[in-house]
Order: sequence, then structure tokens, then C-alpha cells
Amino acid sequence: MEKRVTFGKWTIGILFAVPQLLLIFTFFYWPAGQAVYWSLTLQQPWGGGNIWVGLDNFRSILSNADYWNSINASLVFAGVSTGLAMFIALVLAALTDRQLAGSRLYRVVLIWPYGIAAPALALAFRFILAPEAGFMAVVNQIWPGFWDPGLDGADAMASIIVAFSWKYVGYNFIFFLAAFQAIPRSLIEAAAMDGSGVIRRFWDIQFPLITPTIFFLLVINITESFQDSFGIVDIMTSGGPANATNLMVYKIYSDGFKGLDYSGAAAQSIILMLLIVVLTIFQFRFIERRVHYR
Amino acid sequence: MTMIKRGFAALAAGALSTALAMPASAEPVKFDFWFGLSGDLARVVDTLCKNFNASQKDYEVVCTSQGNYDATLQNTIAAFRAGKQPAVVQVYDVGTATMMLSGAYKPADKLMEENGYKIDYADYFPGIARYYATSKGEMLSFPFNSSTPLMYWNKDAFAKIGKTEAPKTWEDVGTDLKALKDAGYECPMAINISANESWQLMEQFSALHNQPIATKNNGYDGLDARLEVNKTKFVQYVTDLKKWYDAGLIKIKSKDLGQDMVQAFASGTCQVILTSVGDHGTVGRTQKEGMKWDVAELPVYAGTERKNSLVGGASLWVLSGKSDAEYKGAAAFLNFIHDPKTALFWSTNTGYIPVTKSGFDYMKGQGFYDKAPYKGREVAIASLTASEPTEVTRGIRLGNFTQIRAEFGTQMQAIFANKVSVQEGLDTLVKNGDAILDRFQQTYPGKTLP
Repeated sequence: MEKRVTFGKWTIGILFAVPQLLLIFTFFYWPAGQAVYWSLTLQQPWGGGNIWVGLDNFRSILSNADYWNSINASLVFAGVSTGLAMFIALVLAALTDRQLAGSRLYRVVLIWPYGIAAPALALAFRFILAPEAGFMAVVNQIWPGFWDPGLDGADAMASIIVAFSWKYVGYNFIFFLAAFQAIPRSLIEAAAMDGSGVIRRFWDIQFPLITPTIFFLLVINITESFQDSFGIVDIMTSGGPANATNLMVYKIYSDGFKGLDYSGAAAQSIILMLLIVVLTIFQFRFIERRVHYR
Repeated sequence: MTMIKRGFAALAAGALSTALAMPASAEPVKFDFWFGLSGDLARVVDTLCKNFNASQKDYEVVCTSQGNYDATLQNTIAAFRAGKQPAVVQVYDVGTATMMLSGAYKPADKLMEENGYKIDYADYFPGIARYYATSKGEMLSFPFNSSTPLMYWNKDAFAKIGKTEAPKTWEDVGTDLKALKDAGYECPMAINISANESWQLMEQFSALHNQPIATKNNGYDGLDARLEVNKTKFVQYVTDLKKWYDAGLIKIKSKDLGQDMVQAFASGTCQVILTSVGDHGTVGRTQKEGMKWDVAELPVYAGTERKNSLVGGASLWVLSGKSDAEYKGAAAFLNFIHDPKTALFWSTNTGYIPVTKSGFDYMKGQGFYDKAPYKGREVAIASLTASEPTEVTRGIRLGNFTQIRAEFGTQMQAIFANKVSVQEGLDTLVKNGDAILDRFQQTYPGKTLP
């Protein structure tokens, strides 16, 4: 028989939940509500007053070609960096899980990148990828003009994708490795005794068993690539050249804090929030079907 | 998320500094001064504050660096909305229009008058005073760190092509750059085309040539001013810069690419740059051993009657909502900064120029400009005072100008990457810039600039 602790009065349950609810209200619903209010008004930055403008802020943002360019850049960034970070982490984790020589060392080292703050990491990559002084200078000497993130938007986008993926490889690696190690050895050993090779075992046993982890990381990576890219963009490209790396979250920052256009920035953050919500719903609705939970 | 975090950080900073500023009895009255300089410059400001505190017993200024100009303005706004603003804050040049409409300041001239200080406002260089004054000429804030751009040129390289003087016209610059290239110099001139360079490339160029940046006398006469840089001499300038870039006479140097233009010049890689007099000290300290270089006024096109260049930097604003005691302290502090001796201290330890004639004369009298490493900085004063300011060389009074500068960077990058033609790029700059101005005007309905 199952033993269960129950509370006689529902008020006690509520009381226990109050601290948590208060935190959520103060740090999420309240600012989010404020952002919604601001997005429907024109705010004077110094608080001198505001005017109700209804949906004008949204209209002007959505009719702006630069904003669509920013959405586009964000989607490209999210897609490519998530794919790259997850693929590399998956391969590394699979290899580490096979107990190859040195795997204990890798297990520790590969987690480090996630511990580095985005701006510090961006600064490092700015040096590495600098076309005149860094590692890419060598490449430029062989093919002059090959790498120019200062003027070539695609190169700049590649730079921030590389930096972001590098960080998230570490994060994804932890989860993938844990997922692999949770698979019962007996399954893999049995398959090996039946004569299946490493690749076969990976596709038929390990991969299906870690799909919940893959799905979890997919959701997290896409969400984070919309939000956590700020520091990297700020240090590496400042949104340039010619807006090529002006991701949505960076545009919110530059319009809101540099441009003091609080209302426009609030409207943009509402749109960003909605976009992430829609993407996440889409993932749960269509991709989760392929996930096998045990 | 970042927005929220920053907001809280700003609030926390505000709360902290007021906590520190609580006056105790029989102790000097404390007041806050927030500024936007960092590194070496922040240390000089700290020394300045210590000197002020040591110079008298009644007041104590607590100086806090907020990292950079943008952050200073953001944090001050956040603090002001929470009622925890500092008494004095340093606001950069292009924030002037925003400040004037904020209703959050106490006019500097009134403050000084109320507290019995007599400031001779005619003593300020007109180019500096007008930038920060209202259209009627009242000083709402005090010019603080001030600079203007100069052309830095490598004497050794120019000697190779038989020149002993810096080119004075852009036509000559074109010829000289070609000659330098032919003499084997890989990088005759370096520029950068980010938002920051709007200052020397667009704003200063327009002032020197007496060309407007926006209608309504660059915005001094109304919030309905709109950009017009797509039909002034500036178009020809960008066309020439692009032509020289395509011919390999100009290279783009920026920190993101590995070396900024000041480093490129100091190391002898590039022979000409256009940058602030504030970099004079940096070039002197970091230059290649034995390299000979000098500074000159920015060139103009042949046949142009040269006008004054614009001041860059920041001014000190006194915010509203503080106690009378704090205002007394703030007035004493501003008076201290106004002193010619402080000007000498300030200019010696930074690259900034004195803002008053008496400060400049005092420094000349002390022999400041006669010897290296300060020799040459007087060219900046010559550039600033080349003429009486005209209607369009007083300055720029446009709302959200930071975003217009960002748009400048974006469009210049598009032009230099051959995505759009020069005219198309500048047309887009005007179109997007006007949208920013339009929005600013809508945010302040019925208000006018003082």
C-alpha cells in the first residue's frame, strides 16, 4: 500500500507554495507585465510620461525590413549553432562513453567551455578569428581576402556561430554522456555478442534510448541561442557588418539601452518571447512524437 | 532577460551609492558624481575628486565610474526613475538633446548663480559652449572632457614622397596616398566605418565644410528636424573614400580585425589616420621607436572656406531632486573643475583639451604646448576656433543620435562591402535616421527644445 502525506487544509499547501509564487511573480510576471504595458505605450526614458499608442509599436517594428532581417539572422544562428553544438557533443560523448584511451581526461576537460562566461569566450574567439593577427591570418595569407568578418556578413555570422557552439558543446556533452552511461551495459554487450558493430549498436540501441535527452537539449539549445547569444555578439561583432549579426536579442539591447527606445525594445522582447513559445510548442507537438520515453 | 538583469544591477548600484552618500552630522556633505570613463582616464578622474575633497572641508564628492558613456546614461536613468540619482553626472555630447527634454536636470547656470559663483560664460570657446547651450545660449550643463579630431600623419613616410607638410585638401590627400602606395606603403591611410566614426567622418566633415547634417539647423530649432546628409558634400566625400578604398589606398582597421587604427598608426603600419586629439598621448606612448609624426587639422575640399570643427566628449549635468546642501557641494565642484589649474592638471594627465580661453592661456603661459609630448595639441584648439560657429557648426541637437550613429555604421559597411551604391546607402541612412527622429518626436508630444 502506498503511503502518502496529505494536508487537511488546502491553505497549508498554498502557504508552502507562497514563497515560490512570490518569486515567480516578482521576477517573471511583474516585469513581463510591465514589458507588455510598455510595448503598448511610448515611454519617455526619464519617466516624464507616456502615451498610449495601442499596437503602433508592433506595427512599426513588423513593417521594418531591418527587423525581419534580424529575425532571419536569429533563425539561421539558432539552427546552425544548435545543430553544430549538438552534433559535435553527441560524437564526443559517444566516443568518451566507449572508454577509449584518455576518456577520463576528456570527461573532465570537455565540460570546461560551458563554465566560461560568454564575453570572455567571445574575446578569446575575437583574437583567434581576427583576420590580420589571429589564426585566420594564416589562412588569409594563402588565400588573400578569404576571411573578412569586418565587411563580409557571412564570415561574421560564422564567427559568432563557432563561438556559441563551442560553449554549448560542453553543456550538451555533460547531458549526452550521462544519457549514454544510463544505458544498461547488458543491452550493448548482448548486441555485441550477437555480432553487431559499433555503428550498428549506436543507431539501433544507444540512439533510440537517448532520444529524450536529445529532445531536451534541442529545446534548451534553441531557446538559449535566442537569449544567450548577446554577450558573444556584443564583443565580437556588435551586430555588424551591415546588421548581418544583429540578432533579435542584441537588437533589443541596442534599441532599448543604447537608443533609449524602451517601448520599441519592450515590443521586440514580447515578439521574441512569443517566437520562442511558438518554437517550443512546435517542438513538443511534432518532434516529441519521435521520442521514446522508457 | 539581459534587460531585466541590467535594470536590477543599475538599481542596486543606485541604492548602494546613496547608502554611501548618507550625510552624517558634523561631517562634510557628501554627494555623488557618476562618470563614464574607464581605465587610465577613470584614475585621473579619481585623483581629480581627491584633489577637490582635499581643497576644502565642507563637501565630499563620491566619484563612481559606470564603465562607459552608454552605461552611465542608462544607470542614471534607472536610478532617476527609482529616485536614487547622483547629484552630478557626466553625459556624452550626443546625449545632450535627450537630457534637455528629460526634465530631470537643474540648469547649471542657475545653480551657479544661486550659490553665488560667477562664471564668465564668454570665456568658454564658442565652439564648445554652443554645443551644450540652448538655442538661446544658456548653459544647462558644464563642458568637461573635450576633444576634436585631427589628422595624424607619419613624417617619415611623407618625407619618402618629398613632402614635409601635411596635405590640406582632400584632393592633395588623394595624390599623396597614391604616391605613398607607389612608394611601397601597404597601408597609406587607415579608417574604420563603425558607429563611432560617424564623429570624424560625417559630423566633423560636415561642420568643417559648413554643411548641415539635418534640417532646422541640425535640430537646434525644433524636434521636427530631419537628416539631409544624402544631398550635401558628404556624398562626394564617401564616394572618394570608397574609391580610395577600392584602389587600396585606404585600409579598414578595427579592433575586431586585430588592430585598431590608432595601433596601426603608432606601429608605423598605416601612415595617415583621422582620430581624436585624445589619442595624442596614446600614440606618443605606444609609437614605434624613433618614428616621426605630427598632427594637422582635418583636410577640406579645395575652395572650401574652413569652419570650426565640433567638440566631442561629455559635459556635466546636475540632476534635479537633490537637497540644497548637495547642490551647494555640486556648485563648488563645478567651480573647482572650471579653474584653469584644474584644466592644466586634466589636460596633462589626459589628452583632452582645455575648454576655456583662460584655461588655454594659463596652459600656454606654463609652457605646456612647447615641449614634447604635448606639442601639437594646440592644433586642436586652432581647429575648434577656426571660425565663429555658424548655424550648422554649433553642434548637433538630434534625439536618439546614438541610434543614428549606429545606422551610419551599418550603411557605411553596406557601401564598403559593395552591397549598395554610395547614394543608395546614404539614402537609406537618411530614411532610417528619419524614422528614429520621428519616433523621438512622437515620444515627446508638445515639447520643444529649450
